[in-house]
Amino acid sequence: MNLYEQQTSNRRKTWLIMLAFIGFLLFLGAGFDALYIGEAGGFVPVGSLLALTVGSVSSAISYFAGDRAVLLATAAKPLEEVAAAATDDEKLKLRQLTNVVDEMAIAAGIPRPRVYIVPDADPNAFATGRGPGKSSIAVTRGLLDALDRDELQGVIAHEMSHIRNLDVRLMTIVAALVGTAGLLSEWARRGMMSGSGSSRRRSDRDRDGGGAAALVFFLIWSVAIVAAPFVAQALAMMVSRKREYLADASGAELTRNPMGLARALEKIESAVAPTQSINRGSAHLCITDPLGRPVNLKEGFWSDLFASHPPMAARIAALKEMAFQGRT
Amino acid sequence: MMFISVFIVVVALLAFWIIGSYNRLVSMRNQVLNGWRQIDVQLKRRHDLIPNLVNSVRGAMDFERDTLTAVMDARAKALTATGPADAAQKEGQLTQALGRLIAVAENYPTLKSNDNVRTLMEELTGTENKVGFARQFYNDIATKFNTAQQVFPTNLFAATLGFKPAELFEITDAAERDAPVVDLSRR
Repeated sequence: MNLYEQQTSNRRKTWLIMLAFIGFLLFLGAGFDALYIGEAGGFVPVGSLLALTVGSVSSAISYFAGDRAVLLATAAKPLEEVAAAATDDEKLKLRQLTNVVDEMAIAAGIPRPRVYIVPDADPNAFATGRGPGKSSIAVTRGLLDALDRDELQGVIAHEMSHIRNLDVRLMTIVAALVGTAGLLSEWARRGMMSGSGSSRRRSDRDRDGGGAAALVFFLIWSVAIVAAPFVAQALAMMVSRKREYLADASGAELTRNPMGLARALEKIESAVAPTQSINRGSAHLCITDPLGRPVNLKEGFWSDLFASHPPMAARIAALKEMAFQGRT
Repeated sequence: MMFISVFIVVVALLAFWIIGSYNRLVSMRNQVLNGWRQIDVQLKRRHDLIPNLVNSVRGAMDFERDTLTAVMDARAKALTATGPADAAQKEGQLTQALGRLIAVAENYPTLKSNDNVRTLMEELTGTENKVGFARQFYNDIATKFNTAQQVFPTNLFAATLGFKPAELFEITDAAERDAPVVDLSRR
């Protein structure tokens, strides 16, 4: 799969996920209508309309504020702000980061993203935003301290590829929709708890009518609502895993130096401490799993479902293979 | 009647397809032009940076006056270049002179610990990389533009519509292919 196929596939997935989400909203609302409103005379789909409105508004807000929320949650500071308060030694390192980001933006042919520093000693990096020109790259202080110029260039190229491949846009949309799905399913569950008494009385009364069918529908509806956030989470993880390999490969295409990123990944892996300032919610954005979860070490069906990153050893091996092929 | 409507549909589809291809090629040609201008932008930045950088290390690297003078001379020549071929050759010489400067600075431990020199090294590496990556990007999109013109069936009418293959940026100076060598015995 090359860069353009990945962009196309990301655009298609974005639309598919949004359609599935609208379907979920309608299902949620229709269930509510059928169970609580349907019997009360004139049929106005209050539930469906409410779910659609609340869902769209909430997702739109999280989509446009998503990158700021992530940067805020990790306590990331703009590079310029950090540089103003830095010592001479740090200034040189920050200058290097600025240059490397400029170089990679030129190589990728996209506008320069904003750069942030996360005050954390563990080496890690992530990109977030809504596509070229509207994105940010954040690196931890530990990454700056641990890597030399070539390695830093490899990491920035990896993040730049996420922006150019439109991975960041898809991830921001998925995050916004997952959040909204969780919120709505929570509301629906609470509504179910408080309304369950009346609905049971009603199904007793209608037993000879469509009662059994209504009960089955009610059961399916309840299970769907409880399961929705988990399904959404697994979906988010599935889209996140393959793209790491591709971002490694297209990052190497930008630097023409796969060994830089390979050495960087080795260094990042040997720093075992979890990244304190990055929580579960933004783990899938990072170049390596900030939580150090063991599921990320394996390949296979379960790992594909629940891991956010491919095994580091496999990524490093793939990069070294690229370097070997480039030499011959 | 039937035949005429089929004919009209086929002609319309063909027209749409040609319009689509034409617009795609135009947008690619503009990207290629923009990529070419990006190289110029980076070269201009390099010319502007060099005098300041050289002045900032003149004291620390006084014994390497030859290397510094070579850089300044190469810059002066590159500024007066006329035409792409001449520019490519003179910029190549400047790249070589800068490469020597970087290599020299790397080989003196005392220089490596000097803050001015370290800043100089970082700026030089960054500038050289930016020029290199701008060329790499230009070559990448120029190759895509050329491929789009040469694949069947676009190749049947690309030339008729006035599209020409873009020239790739190549290293013309054979010496530039070799990595700069530093003679450590000279002192």
